Amino acid sequence: MSESEIRATVLGILTRIAPEADLTALDPDVEWQDQLDLDSMNLLTMMVDIERATGVTVPERDYPKVSTLNSCVAYLMSRTPVAQ
Amino acid sequence: MPVLGADMERGTLSRWRVTEGDHVTKGDIIADVDTDKATMEVEVFETGVVERLLVQEGETVPVGTALAVLVAAGETAMAASPSPVLAPSGDRAAAQPVRVEASPLARRLAAKLGVDLDAVRGTGPRGAITRGDVEQAASAVSAATPPATPPATPVAALSVAVPAESPPARATPPTPAPAESLPPPATAVAAHAPVPASTHGADADRRAAMRRATGALMARSKQQIPHYYLGTHIDLGHALRWMEEANLERSVAQRLIPAALLLKAVGRAARDVPQMNGFCVDDEFRIVDGVHVGVATSLRGGGLIAPAIHDVDQKSLDQLMEDLRDVVERARTGTLRSSQMSDPTITVTNLGDQGVETVFGVIYAPQVALVGFGRVIERPWAENGLLGVRRVVHATLSADHRVSDGHIGGRFLSAISNYLQEPASL
Repeated sequence: MSESEIRATVLGILTRIAPEADLTALDPDVEWQDQLDLDSMNLLTMMVDIERATGVTVPERDYPKVSTLNSCVAYLMSRTPVAQ
Repeated sequence: MPVLGADMERGTLSRWRVTEGDHVTKGDIIADVDTDKATMEVEVFETGVVERLLVQEGETVPVGTALAVLVAAGETAMAASPSPVLAPSGDRAAAQPVRVEASPLARRLAAKLGVDLDAVRGTGPRGAITRGDVEQAASAVSAATPPATPPATPVAALSVAVPAESPPARATPPTPAPAESLPPPATAVAAHAPVPASTHGADADRRAAMRRATGALMARSKQQIPHYYLGTHIDLGHALRWMEEANLERSVAQRLIPAALLLKAVGRAARDVPQMNGFCVDDEFRIVDGVHVGVATSLRGGGLIAPAIHDVDQKSLDQLMEDLRDVVERARTGTLRSSQMSDPTITVTNLGDQGVETVFGVIYAPQVALVGFGRVIERPWAENGLLGVRRVVHATLSADHRVSDGHIGGRFLSAISNYLQEPASL
């Protein structure tokens, strides 16, 4: 997947989890848990959806590495087959 | 109309999912009901045939009103005699043919007020006698002499059920006295679905109605329940390490989150300390057999709802995760089921994800206890003369002094802590 595809995928997942959020106002370098009022169940759902959409499994210890839009995209880019 | 929360007085039947003559099986969803808080799915608690629908789509009726008549397969109640009106599941009585059609609520009210139902003209669906008809008849009879007893408080009822062969019923909480200023029912909009511009007004109305309903319930709780509060810091180090190790062996979808461990610990502690688990009405406490934990869930876009996870103390962590995911998802998409809203016996609220350290909760009447959890934070922790850093959560208890005192409440919090020190046993 390309970077833009991964970014669109992540934003799509966020839209499903937080449909009321204005993602155009999302700061890609600020933790989305604070911006989108996500709870731990939301985050788990997000990880499930990310794995389903990209094939990348994010271990719990790496959650801090995927806590912003930009860091999440970079993390997934480094682990998707095309990127490698 | 089932009671779908202690603050619910009435509901709007928004959609029937069955028609007369349909065969239904226990657990089937037969209708959608709109309340001030959400749209919920009404389940049927017995297998049978829908003989008659008593409430029309779009009709708003008080809780306790019979929605439909369900008969056992093969019964022919329609053939000769008037159709049976089902007793509410709260009574757990067999359906009995009756001479006059009246909702269970109207029937009980009539008995209490001394109104002869044979003399009352029904204005409900197909001439059924409603609560309003009974009240009107009572006021007409006693225009000069007011009744000695006040009008009855609505009682909890799940109207579409044939409970004769039911297993022991889940406790159905008594409905508290109606608030004087409860909001009118609002047009429900799925809390989570993207809202088209044309429905923003309705959504805002629903949120306002939900806020008023929550406010009314909480005000009543604070006025009527003598709260006391306790708090303790719990070392979650063992529990979280155990969970993290367990998650390494699990798929992403099967991972545990701390909330599941906390819920299970509360469930088991409530089993150990039954004074925390049940309902108090008119200063009388009723211990409930099952531990059904209400999970305070914030709705995206605003609002609060507390659906129940049943028999928490009996379930595995995996099952609790599944149930937790289900109730949260349903709460946020407006698809809760009636069974999930009718009978929590204790409530847990967890605001840790919002950064809150300590929760001072308001008891969800007629329950008698609410447990609050804050954020898990690293703290200096002294134990056996050694100082270390531990992951700690502040657990609080709001409890009802009519039922327990601080000593018992302290035992309850200690039990929660003790269970969390042995996570493998949860």
